[in-house]
Amino acid sequence: MSVRRLHNAQPEAFAFTDDNKVWAQTQIAKYPEGRQASAVIPLLWQAQKQMGGWLPEPAMRHVADILDMPYIRVLEVASFYTMFQLAPVGEYLVQLCGTTPCWLRGADDLKAVCKDEIGGVGDISADGKFSWVEVECLGACVNAPMVQINDDFYEDLDATSLRAVLESLRTGQTPKTGPQSGRQSSEPSGVKDA
Amino acid sequence: MLDIKNRIFTNLYGFDGVDVSAAKARGDWDDTGSFIKKGREWLIEEVKTSGLRGRGGAGFPTGLKWSFMPKEVGARPHYLVVNADESEPGTCKDRDILRHEPHKLLEGCLLAGFAMGAHTCYIYIRGEFIREREALQSAVEEAYAAGLLGKNAAGSGWDFDIHLHHGAGAYICGEETALLESLEGKKGQPRLKPPFPANVGLYGCPTTVNNVESIAVVPTIVRRGGAWFAGLGREGNSGTKLFCISGHVNNPCNVEEEMGIPLRELLEKHAGGVRGGWDNLLAVIPGGSSVPLLPKHICDDVLMDFDSLKEVQSGLGTAAVIVMDKSTDIIKAIARISYFYKHESCGQCTPCREGTGWMWRVLERMAAGNAEVREIDTLLQVSKQIEGHTICALGDAAAWPVQGLIRHFRPEIEARLMETKKVAAQ
Ligand SMILES: Cc1cc2nc3c(=O)[nH]c(=O)nc-3n(C[C@H](O)[C@H](O)[C@H](O)COP(=O)(O)O)c2cc1C
Ligand code: SF4
Ligand code: FES
Repeated sequence: MSVRRLHNAQPEAFAFTDDNKVWAQTQIAKYPEGRQASAVIPLLWQAQKQMGGWLPEPAMRHVADILDMPYIRVLEVASFYTMFQLAPVGEYLVQLCGTTPCWLRGADDLKAVCKDEIGGVGDISADGKFSWVEVECLGACVNAPMVQINDDFYEDLDATSLRAVLESLRTGQTPKTGPQSGRQSSEPSGVKDA
Repeated sequence: MLDIKNRIFTNLYGFDGVDVSAAKARGDWDDTGSFIKKGREWLIEEVKTSGLRGRGGAGFPTGLKWSFMPKEVGARPHYLVVNADESEPGTCKDRDILRHEPHKLLEGCLLAGFAMGAHTCYIYIRGEFIREREALQSAVEEAYAAGLLGKNAAGSGWDFDIHLHHGAGAYICGEETALLESLEGKKGQPRLKPPFPANVGLYGCPTTVNNVESIAVVPTIVRRGGAWFAGLGREGNSGTKLFCISGHVNNPCNVEEEMGIPLRELLEKHAGGVRGGWDNLLAVIPGGSSVPLLPKHICDDVLMDFDSLKEVQSGLGTAAVIVMDKSTDIIKAIARISYFYKHESCGQCTPCREGTGWMWRVLERMAAGNAEVREIDTLLQVSKQIEGHTICALGDAAAWPVQGLIRHFRPEIEARLMETKKVAAQ
């Protein structure tokens, strides 16, 4: 278990944009009548997106109101699931996988790059662009070591290629996602057709 | 080695197109309705004949599991829930199905759903798989547009809806009852069983939870016949299987192979062999982080299937093969796995909540050489007190890697502890 608490500085209020309000209804519609609480994770996730990557307490109450759930139930969900960031993050959140398969192939080297380029775990870099955390297995172990940055995976990394990815994000470019090694996906390197 | 004509996932790597027309060209959605018209009993019988065992880790026979659903649909609707939470360290096979073979999964959902009397299916995808979710969502939309899902799905006379749902980072939500709690909008904490999901599952209704791979192989089984699938692999361990090969091999990869392939052949044929050659092998974790490791001498000739790996006190689990060569600090490697379980424990059982952290801390000390030799036995004892004494199998999963380490590498741990004593004495 990890201990997760609300951030000390919270915004006054939160409300979904009109688009997000409409979108929320499409999510709720997936579940039977009276089971709207099922949509709590997708709605909190959308709120986090709207906030630029973190989930403040007023957003939890807003989602609770929409779903007709007690606030405490939504707080429980927000604090249980580790993808909900309870404090502000950089524009790009680097989630570095540190679990054994990635560790065996050099996750520690990537950690050193993050410390060097970004700072300590949870710190936001001076330009506001980056923050980083270590996470558990992201389900891309045959492309280890790897990181997730916002919605994308960057795989088959080493210190040099991770630095290059961070540098191109910093300068407003769009680096290639997925394997940085020339592979297309999870094939053995060198295999070109099924 | 698996004959190419027996391969199910012909687009595993995404070299070919992933849209519905490319999928159809590969044989997906071919006359699906006709199999449904043969009836529920026929479908379940075909899957039973195939010998398919669940690909989510526990290896429970899939056809048998489906037959536990009530025969008649009563006042409560039936649900099919697909487990796409894929979070067992080492495992990344379902990801390839989601992004490259989504139509095999969707077609499998329709067949499985019909076989268990379900008109509704939820696919629960781990939150981090954002791009995979998007890929699957577009496949779902294509399938609806093509009349393959929805009312009279694929001309079968059966109405069938599929909804995608996602998590937000919690390994425990892969445990089927935690997954159901999560899908209901709660913390993902496993339920006590019984009652089993086939009686009281999602929203209190009859529910079957199956792994992505288990469902995605069903259309091919039905098309080619259960006997075809049963003819591959070994008795009780039939079919083809996706293996994920990570760690110290030359070419880490996912690959579909026949069940029961020798471990050494698997690594050498597909992954370019162990880094530095076979003799440089230290140990292999053959089925994802939850199963005990195997030292080299067992790896030399062990076969990769449920029963062969059980015989050597390990398991096939999710068929995630984690390879460690002689450069590996094996105590550290297992300590990092212990940290994973400590991090992922849902906290509701004391032996798991307290025990996982305790084991991790002791292993960290041992890795640093900072422990007493007698603590090895205490560690083993604590692991046995966790195993079998918790609500869900995460407790066992945390205990087994530690037990495997002590079973096969006790002399190495002792040597490290003695070494620091010697240095300290100087
Ligand atoms: C801690 C824990 C995590 C699990 N994670 C997964 C998972 O990520 N994916 C999965 O399919 N099964 C997972 N399982 C197994 C499921 O509980 C369940 O047995 C499986 O989804 C059933 O599908 P199958 O019969 O098709 O294998 C996990 C089990 C435990 C105890
Ligand atoms: S064994 Fe661990 S993860 Fe499973 S229910 Fe108990 S505390 Fe939760
Ligand atoms: S261990 Fe890093 S992705 Fe699985």
